[in-house]
Amino acid sequence: MKILKLAIKNAGRHKLRTGLTIVGLAVAVMAFGLIRTVIDAWYAGAEASAPDRLVSRNAINIIFPLPLSYKDQIAKVSGVEKITYAHWTGAYYVDPKQFFANFAVDHNTFLDLFPEYILDSAGLAKFKTERTAAICGQILADRFGWKVGDRVRLIGTIYPGNWDLTLVGIYKGRDKTSDESAFFMRWDYLDENLRATVPGRAGYVGWYTFKISNPNDAARISAVVDSMFKNSLAETLTETEKAFQLSFVSMSGTIIKSLQIVSYLIIGIILLVLTNTMAMAARERISEYAVMKTLGFRPKHLIGLVTGESLFIGIFGGILGMLLVFPMAGGFGEAMKYFFPVFGVKAQTLLLAGIFSLAVGLLASIFPVVRAIRISIVDGLRKVG
Amino acid sequence: MAIVEIESLSKSYFRDSLEIPVLRNLTFSIPEGEFVALMGPSGSGKTTLLNLIAGIDRPTKGKVKVAGTDLAQLSEGELAKWRARHIGFIFQFYNLIPVLTAYENVELPLLLTSLSKVERKKHVETALGIVGLSDRMHHYPRQLSGGQEQRVAIARAITTDPTLILADEPTGDLDKQSAEEILELLSRLNSEFKKTIVIVTHDPRVAEKARIKKHLDKGELS
Repeated sequence: MKILKLAIKNAGRHKLRTGLTIVGLAVAVMAFGLIRTVIDAWYAGAEASAPDRLVSRNAINIIFPLPLSYKDQIAKVSGVEKITYAHWTGAYYVDPKQFFANFAVDHNTFLDLFPEYILDSAGLAKFKTERTAAICGQILADRFGWKVGDRVRLIGTIYPGNWDLTLVGIYKGRDKTSDESAFFMRWDYLDENLRATVPGRAGYVGWYTFKISNPNDAARISAVVDSMFKNSLAETLTETEKAFQLSFVSMSGTIIKSLQIVSYLIIGIILLVLTNTMAMAARERISEYAVMKTLGFRPKHLIGLVTGESLFIGIFGGILGMLLVFPMAGGFGEAMKYFFPVFGVKAQTLLLAGIFSLAVGLLASIFPVVRAIRISIVDGLRKVG
Repeated sequence: MAIVEIESLSKSYFRDSLEIPVLRNLTFSIPEGEFVALMGPSGSGKTTLLNLIAGIDRPTKGKVKVAGTDLAQLSEGELAKWRARHIGFIFQFYNLIPVLTAYENVELPLLLTSLSKVERKKHVETALGIVGLSDRMHHYPRQLSGGQEQRVAIARAITTDPTLILADEPTGDLDKQSAEEILELLSRLNSEFKKTIVIVTHDPRVAEKARIKKHLDKGELS
């Protein structure tokens, strides 16, 4: 029998109190894990970015377009291998509340730049040959019950009007982090309509994405591209795809920051709960600590006894919470799969939850340990009976 | 040979700036192998004196020497080690750890020694055998009667074979029969095992078992 065994036995003295504390800790760790997973989901697009892809957009703002004529100039820059372009179309299907990402892309080059989208050859061939063709990810197709060959009418917002399209292919993600909830129509179809309706908006793209041969050249190539269009009507801002994605994430910066704060507050609250539990336990056992001191036990033994019990509760609650994160994240991810197409608990989140559980266990024992060590034997024994 | 030597011992407690003297200038000694009863009314300083002998409290003035060691010279850590080696303490309310079995309670002080698990087992079984609780070693305190709990407490006090056994009103919480049995047990420890025992009591019947009786009144020996 060792001190640790006694510590664990002590944890079982007030089963209801210890049980409730463990459940509280588990719920807190689960909530922490879930919030961190939501935050990670926000960054999933940036995390999935390729290091060898750069994006050029209008230096003023993403909502300002760039002339199509930039394409050939950028393509000639040393180190640029392939280039494509896209436009955010911002249309909706049936109900404007049912948001999904939709773009007009260059049908000839887009999938060359994004090999993580796997589309069968028949779909690709049709996408390249039919002007009203469109493709979408599997998750989006499942959401609306679309099949290949379906006629899909998108209702425009940025580009007004009805966009009648034919779904020619449904792509799948190569990796778990690949977004399967996007919709792509052809840029030339969009542009053709704009030429007829609002000619002033035709001939522009939202941004260029280009593949470079060496990711280490990203800074140089970005500088070269931006200098080419310096003092033009549409100056460019070129950055890595990750930075580009992060600029979107930063638009939700306040929400993300709030979530981060809440996640740490949860840990703080549970620290107080466990501290209270341990303080109560220590107060009840002051006479026992005095007896143990009388028998010759020293402060290091009492530290082991109190901290061991606190750590036991912390670790047990932490493990339970981490186990609960998976079904909760699974349910949450399923419910929010259109908003967070990539949603999964990361090892890093579990590691962080584990570290916090340990830290909570340790910190919660400080006050009771100090109390147990400081009280004199005589004062402790007076509390007997 | 004196096992306990007390010289000009005084102890006061302080409440704010108010000094409350509990023991006043005591000088006496306890020979090795004796059974001593410290008697006196409530508040006379019996328990305080026992605590000072046990090294769980510090005197305001004077000296306490046990088995040749001046306790004032020891740091808190040294004093804890010294207690583990030399003192077996029996409390009025037994003070067993409720989540540990009788065996584990008796084993508790042995965890501070370098004994192996097998040796500890031998010590625990011997101690529980002496107090007549070999058949109750795996019972928890709540499964024992008051008398049995106090026997376990005695076994815990003797399991390290201490120099001195100190008992603070060991029968104070027991019925008459259990109290008799505990006193018999303490007498046996003294007569058979030659253990020096100091017992605090205000019960004259308990004190009858002791060979030396010391009366305390208002912190002074009378």
